[in-house]
Amino acid sequence: MAVDFDLSQFHDLFFEESAEGLTTMESGLLNLRTDAPDLEVINMVFRAAHSIKGGAGTFGFNEVAHFTHILETLLDEMRDRKRGVTQELIDLLLESVDGLRYMLDCSRSGRAMDMQRVRTLEQRLATLPREAHDEGEARWQIKFIPRPHLLKTGNDPYRIFRELQAAGGLTVRANAQRVPDLAALDPEELHLDWELYLKAGETTEASIRELFAWVEGDCDLQITLLGERRHRVERRKRREPEAGEPEAEASRAQEQASIRVNIDKIDGLINLVGELVITQSILTRIASDHALEDRAEKLKWVVGILERNTNELQDHAMRIRMLPIDYTFNRLPRLVRDLSRSLGKQVELKISGNSTEVDKTVLEKISDPLVHLIRNAVDHGIEKPEARLAADKPAQGLIEVSAHQEGGNIIIRISDDGAGLNPERILAKAREHGLVAENEELTTAEIQNLIFQPGFSTATEVSNISGRGVGMDVVRRNINDLGGHIELASEPGRGSTFNIKLPLTLAILDGQLIRIGREVFIVPLLNIVESIQPRRSSVLEVTGKNEVYRFRDQYIPVIRLYQWFSIPSGNSELERGLLVVVEAGEQRAALFVDEVLGQQQVVIKSLEANYRQVGGLSGATILGDGTVAMIIDVPGLIQMIRAGKAVRIAV
Amino acid sequence: MEPGGADRKKIKILLVDDSASMREMVGFTLKSGGYEVSQATDGVEALAFARAHQVNLVITDINMPNMDGFSLIRELRKLPNYKYIPILTLTTEDSADKKQQGQQAGATGWIVKPFDPEHLLQTVKRVL
Repeated sequence: MAVDFDLSQFHDLFFEESAEGLTTMESGLLNLRTDAPDLEVINMVFRAAHSIKGGAGTFGFNEVAHFTHILETLLDEMRDRKRGVTQELIDLLLESVDGLRYMLDCSRSGRAMDMQRVRTLEQRLATLPREAHDEGEARWQIKFIPRPHLLKTGNDPYRIFRELQAAGGLTVRANAQRVPDLAALDPEELHLDWELYLKAGETTEASIRELFAWVEGDCDLQITLLGERRHRVERRKRREPEAGEPEAEASRAQEQASIRVNIDKIDGLINLVGELVITQSILTRIASDHALEDRAEKLKWVVGILERNTNELQDHAMRIRMLPIDYTFNRLPRLVRDLSRSLGKQVELKISGNSTEVDKTVLEKISDPLVHLIRNAVDHGIEKPEARLAADKPAQGLIEVSAHQEGGNIIIRISDDGAGLNPERILAKAREHGLVAENEELTTAEIQNLIFQPGFSTATEVSNISGRGVGMDVVRRNINDLGGHIELASEPGRGSTFNIKLPLTLAILDGQLIRIGREVFIVPLLNIVESIQPRRSSVLEVTGKNEVYRFRDQYIPVIRLYQWFSIPSGNSELERGLLVVVEAGEQRAALFVDEVLGQQQVVIKSLEANYRQVGGLSGATILGDGTVAMIIDVPGLIQMIRAGKAVRIAV
Repeated sequence: MEPGGADRKKIKILLVDDSASMREMVGFTLKSGGYEVSQATDGVEALAFARAHQVNLVITDINMPNMDGFSLIRELRKLPNYKYIPILTLTTEDSADKKQQGQQAGATGWIVKPFDPEHLLQTVKRVL
């Protein structure tokens, strides 16, 4: 005789335990926060559901077991962080707890369950979107209900959603409730409608409506903004110094004649050149066919395409030479670690923007200056832990290195929260070296910039590591050579920040066009201080032919460019022309020109390659109208003046 | 499969416009965008072409002799293989009822003339 276990004696216990479990789940869900969900609370709710499921299964309450299993799965995903905790989810779970309570009551009392109610809940649980929304974050709710014939216009909702998704952060929920039974279904009609959630970001309602422009007449469209709009906070990536990381081969600054390039870049380039050739031949055909109607209009059209071709081509060509700045940044963590260890300091290094790309030559030449600045920061910037604590700072110092692109330049920032530059000590040292007169007054910024003078150092001890800090003038010169400049901002006691601005590529230049006689020259914008109308009263003649001009309490040499470049010019009177004040490093000069024209970006063509090296000129370019313009080498020119060369250059 | 070389299935576009210069300009732009372009000078030619060939997108002018754009679209929609194909109209004005007419005839969307090459390519990308 089979033993017949009568489990019904245990039912009461099960129902009581389950009631308790439901209370636990309820209070847990009510206490769950969406912005910082407590893992322990989720676990607690999960365990309660798990117990109920187990008991229900054992005692044969299969509907209860099945339903609880669904809840358990959701909760499991929540605690594994595979599913975000949203208010929607919590609300639905609470409703489900009510449902479960109902089901258990039915099971206890023997009443029949309303399965429709259960199925609906199950369906809603199954169609919950997974993506976690930050509750505080703003999002657009888009309700899109198309008319059934929408597909017959060749429109496809999927394509619209695809474009919405390009804006980032889209969740789509389809509602299939209106889809009729198979027998009644017309497959060419659309019976779905959608609820979409799009991360608000900067997207406007108008831009969303624009995407629905073609289907506006064929649908119901409701767009609402949920939540508060907030500005996105930039997140920085932390770079931990790795243990025993060998100095990467790639970071050794070797001048190489070759470069590794991703082959996709080359393919892209070849394609674009192909397009350019085609466009050009069409242009030729149109231009030479005089009988062609609407010739002017056609030319305009094709020129538009040509412009697009060449812009893309230029872009791609430049990018070929570019590499991520990470190649230099990646030697810094090891450097900082070794240095801080040997100096008995605690330093944290944060690097960001290391994927920013920069021209290969720039990359190679910026490496040494960067290393030098970091060395200085660790050596002279960050104080010893005791000193820091005494100054109410954390014992560990922080050095932040970042790179980002701005326009045609790359900006590299190195900042530390160390001792900063002490203006008194610098001034004292400067007076000692005779760089500053005893009674001369300087602003804090001017004092701090004195560190860029050659031979300057306030390090009271010579440390093996960074020498005597004589490198700052070299650092600045290297950066200037690259066509960039370096700025310093420092607060004594709080720290220093160096901002380095470099051109993305050495092949392109932002230039100021000037006219001398009938020739056009280009002065790099980076070197220009100001353009002024000269006054006879401010000109001073020194030793015969050499003139100087009084500019902002400084006397700077005047360079009559028409003499230098032997240009026949009608104008030799200063007042009838203009003075373009330029500088290279600390040195300034005034270039005498006839007229200042516009500004534009020019492609630098080498003089050596096409002609020969000429003093005072750093290259040439071809302007839009086909004329050749020389580019003035400001640092070179100024240096020649100082060396006393009164040479006439025949070009 | 073409023997030898990479086989890239190009997207085919049918361009319908009675203006030769328009066809040339738009056709060239589309070709430079990597699409394969077939041309028709009016609705009748276009319909005959569509009956014999399959394309992925039709771009048509409205004002054409013999059969205008709207009629063409209505006829195309009757063909089983052109029921859901995207069809764009080239309208000269931004007028609401020209667009309305287009929708009613079964057009997917529109492009307003004059337009620049960039806008054309972007709109085409949208609809494919």
